[in-house]
Amino acid sequence: MIAAARSNAISAEPSDGAPAFLEIENLGKRFGGFVALENITLSVPPGERLGLIGPNGSGKSTLVNCICGTLRNEQGTVQFGGQRLDGLQAHQRTHLGLARSFQLPRPFVSLTLADNIRIPLIYTVATRSGSRHATHEIEERCAALLRQVGLGDKARRLPRDLTQVEMRKLELARAMAAEPKLLIADEAMAGLTHLEIEDILSLLIRLNEQGVTIILIEHIMSAVMSFSRRLVVLVSGRKIADGTPDDVMRDPEVERAYLGQ
Amino acid sequence: MVFSFDLLINAVVSGILIGGFYAAVTSGVSLSFGILDIVNIAHPAFIILGSYISYIANATLGVDPILAAIVMMPVFYVLGAGIYQVYYVSFEKRGQESLRGLAFFFGLLFITEVTLVLYFGVDYRYVEARYIGPSWHFAMLDIPLRILVPFLVSLILTAGLQIFLTRSFLGRAVMAVAQDQLALRLMAVDPIKIKRIAFGISIATASLAGAFLIIIQPVEPSVGREYIGRIFAICVLGGMGSLPGTVIAAMLLGIVESLTSTFYGPSWAPAVSFGFLLLTLAVRPAGLLGR
Amino acid sequence: MRTPVFLLIWLVVSAAVFAAAIGLGNDYIFFAGYVVLQYVVLGTAWNILGGYCGYVNFGSAAFFALGAYSTVTIYRLIAENEFYQMPIPVLMLIGGIVSGIVGFGMGYLTLRLRGAFFAIATLALAVVLQTLVVNWDYVGGSRGAYIIRPEQIEPIGNYIRYLFLIMMLLAVAAITIARLIEHSRLGYGFASIRDDELAAEASGVPTLRLKLIATTISGALMGMAGAPFPYYIGYLQPSSTFGLDYAVNSIAMPLIGGTTSWVGPLIGALLLGSLQQIATVTISSAVNLLIVGFLLVIFVVVAPNGIIGLIHTYLQRKPVDFVGRRRVEAEMPGQVP
Repeated sequence: MIAAARSNAISAEPSDGAPAFLEIENLGKRFGGFVALENITLSVPPGERLGLIGPNGSGKSTLVNCICGTLRNEQGTVQFGGQRLDGLQAHQRTHLGLARSFQLPRPFVSLTLADNIRIPLIYTVATRSGSRHATHEIEERCAALLRQVGLGDKARRLPRDLTQVEMRKLELARAMAAEPKLLIADEAMAGLTHLEIEDILSLLIRLNEQGVTIILIEHIMSAVMSFSRRLVVLVSGRKIADGTPDDVMRDPEVERAYLGQ
Repeated sequence: MVFSFDLLINAVVSGILIGGFYAAVTSGVSLSFGILDIVNIAHPAFIILGSYISYIANATLGVDPILAAIVMMPVFYVLGAGIYQVYYVSFEKRGQESLRGLAFFFGLLFITEVTLVLYFGVDYRYVEARYIGPSWHFAMLDIPLRILVPFLVSLILTAGLQIFLTRSFLGRAVMAVAQDQLALRLMAVDPIKIKRIAFGISIATASLAGAFLIIIQPVEPSVGREYIGRIFAICVLGGMGSLPGTVIAAMLLGIVESLTSTFYGPSWAPAVSFGFLLLTLAVRPAGLLGR
Repeated sequence: MRTPVFLLIWLVVSAAVFAAAIGLGNDYIFFAGYVVLQYVVLGTAWNILGGYCGYVNFGSAAFFALGAYSTVTIYRLIAENEFYQMPIPVLMLIGGIVSGIVGFGMGYLTLRLRGAFFAIATLALAVVLQTLVVNWDYVGGSRGAYIIRPEQIEPIGNYIRYLFLIMMLLAVAAITIARLIEHSRLGYGFASIRDDELAAEASGVPTLRLKLIATTISGALMGMAGAPFPYYIGYLQPSSTFGLDYAVNSIAMPLIGGTTSWVGPLIGALLLGSLQQIATVTISSAVNLLIVGFLLVIFVVVAPNGIIGLIHTYLQRKPVDFVGRRRVEAEMPGQVP
């Protein structure tokens, strides 16, 4: 696998200075009577490669939704780059540098793949830089991104013509198009072959080497273990472990709660 | 504005009684919108259709309108099942229900209404029965029987529906289909078939509601439009699919409408139900007894 | 094609149509044509929110009526002054501003609601507005309002020709605005909202802001279409002005024509509008709505992409980028949860 790459990961700060530091304190989220998340506290330093694992229904996607603003958490705070995210809408958080891919791909179905990528380029990258990017710049980045995920020759197709796997790659590319400081990849590798998983992993590693903090949510343990420098385990809405992958895997509570299933 | 206790009591009681009727009218939409998530904006049109059928039976055969409606319920059920099938194949399956599904029902609303106009004209129609006319006097209360009878039958209808939904296998499958289609499939129950049955039942209730309507007030084709707001206001306020919630919300609306009508004049009445709706949507989309 | 060229072409077409209509000699063509052109505006305006953004507005009548009633209000305000009649273009502007503001307000209140709830809320708003107007005696209340239409206006001649011309110019403006939006970054944003609002937000699209822009523009255009209406009809009645009939037409025409571009509402309005005018004269006016209802249901079930979609399928066009000016509306089998 790519185990060697793990130790070579460079922890770098993004070039524009502001630290991509994600600080979650005491986060809680309920749906009516059901407690989805309880007392989640987590610090993610810039450049980190964090793996987030847990059984189905443990609250991983809910956590992502709360971080990114799709859902509002009732308790606790989320800070990003020293700024509190309370009350900020999802698109504002994306402008700040948070991006995520959706667990079930949500492409823009009536737009071509290239257009799908153009949306975040226009509405995040161009907006963030303040100036209206020249069209050809957007075109270049769009083409480059699609090529990176291996969809370069399908730029003019519609999402309905894609396989499930290609849909996930599009999903990832779209998140990358927002030029995030922190990228959350929510089960981007489900259903992929060994080779494809390696592709995606090397993509994420390259991204990380450029300074992007990455949170990887996955069930494929080999991928998680080889990629993450740190592992967090979520069970029934609670964080039960947080440490290096080796330490976490040896934790008896983790074994009992998660691996034992 | 003349305030008298007499007037107040009668307005409130009247509101409660009308509210019961509103609950029956809305029960169908609680099923289709509240539980199945189908925005059948044409429901009032089917109610009016029911009214006219009761009218025909009553005018030509002298049959009691409620009885006529009950007889017609299976026909309405088949109509509902058929409509759902078209809706499912054309929209739900394709994921297009938000725009086109809505437009589909909107079109049905107009087709039904205009067909009735072309056939019956815009004159008001009414039915005749032994309980239309006399009133029941009790202390300071003055309750017209033509409102009391539909009220009582409405309660029976709503109670029956609630029992069906909570106690029978089919009913519980209907409740489940809104929440977990996969689980239903695993139990070898076809969710599409369940939805079709539920929608059929929803339209069947319109037949009875139509009879109630024409007993309470004279009917002409465009009367249905006033009910669009009422029905959806009550459905949302009542918590989207909760029948007990629907009854409470319906009575609340009935009382407020009645009071407004009595003390401020009937021209403000339409604003009450639609205003209620807006308020509910703005403040508490989950309704009173939210789901 | 650049916008100024597009505009020029349509202005030339309008001039030609106007000349041809005068040449026909029968003033009835202006009366009928006015209604058809009015629907071009209403349909195009509706489509900006409905087709581009995916938010169904049932309250078209309310915005239309607001434009009409703002004209009535101004008419009453300066009624005593016989020498001054506010010119229609100014009335249009005022009607547009009033409706635009209300559109913004309505959007602000309702756009946080999920699709179906938004649609119902717009219906509710329309009825509330109608009730307010019906109870406001200054504009005539339920009795309605009379407006005296001038007989002639120089140099065009019969006043109805003037109204027709103005409405035609408004129609040209409407399709130009729609096309401008389509080809701009705003259009991209609208499309992303329509396809998947959650994903759009996550991609950095300020969805609420864009939706508000759409409702404001849509409402303003509808108000502008309504402003000259009192002069056209002479007697304004709340029940018919606020009627659901406007709602069904402004929804049916884009859906039948095709919702993905400015061409759809234009085709839909021209075809359906003319059909209705013919039906009114030959059969009866009630049949109008029956036709609309039937066509709406048939198209929505059989040809969801409208006439444009049928043409595309017939010509078997491949999907091209947005920027390449042609988008094919995909039918996604339940992909989006």
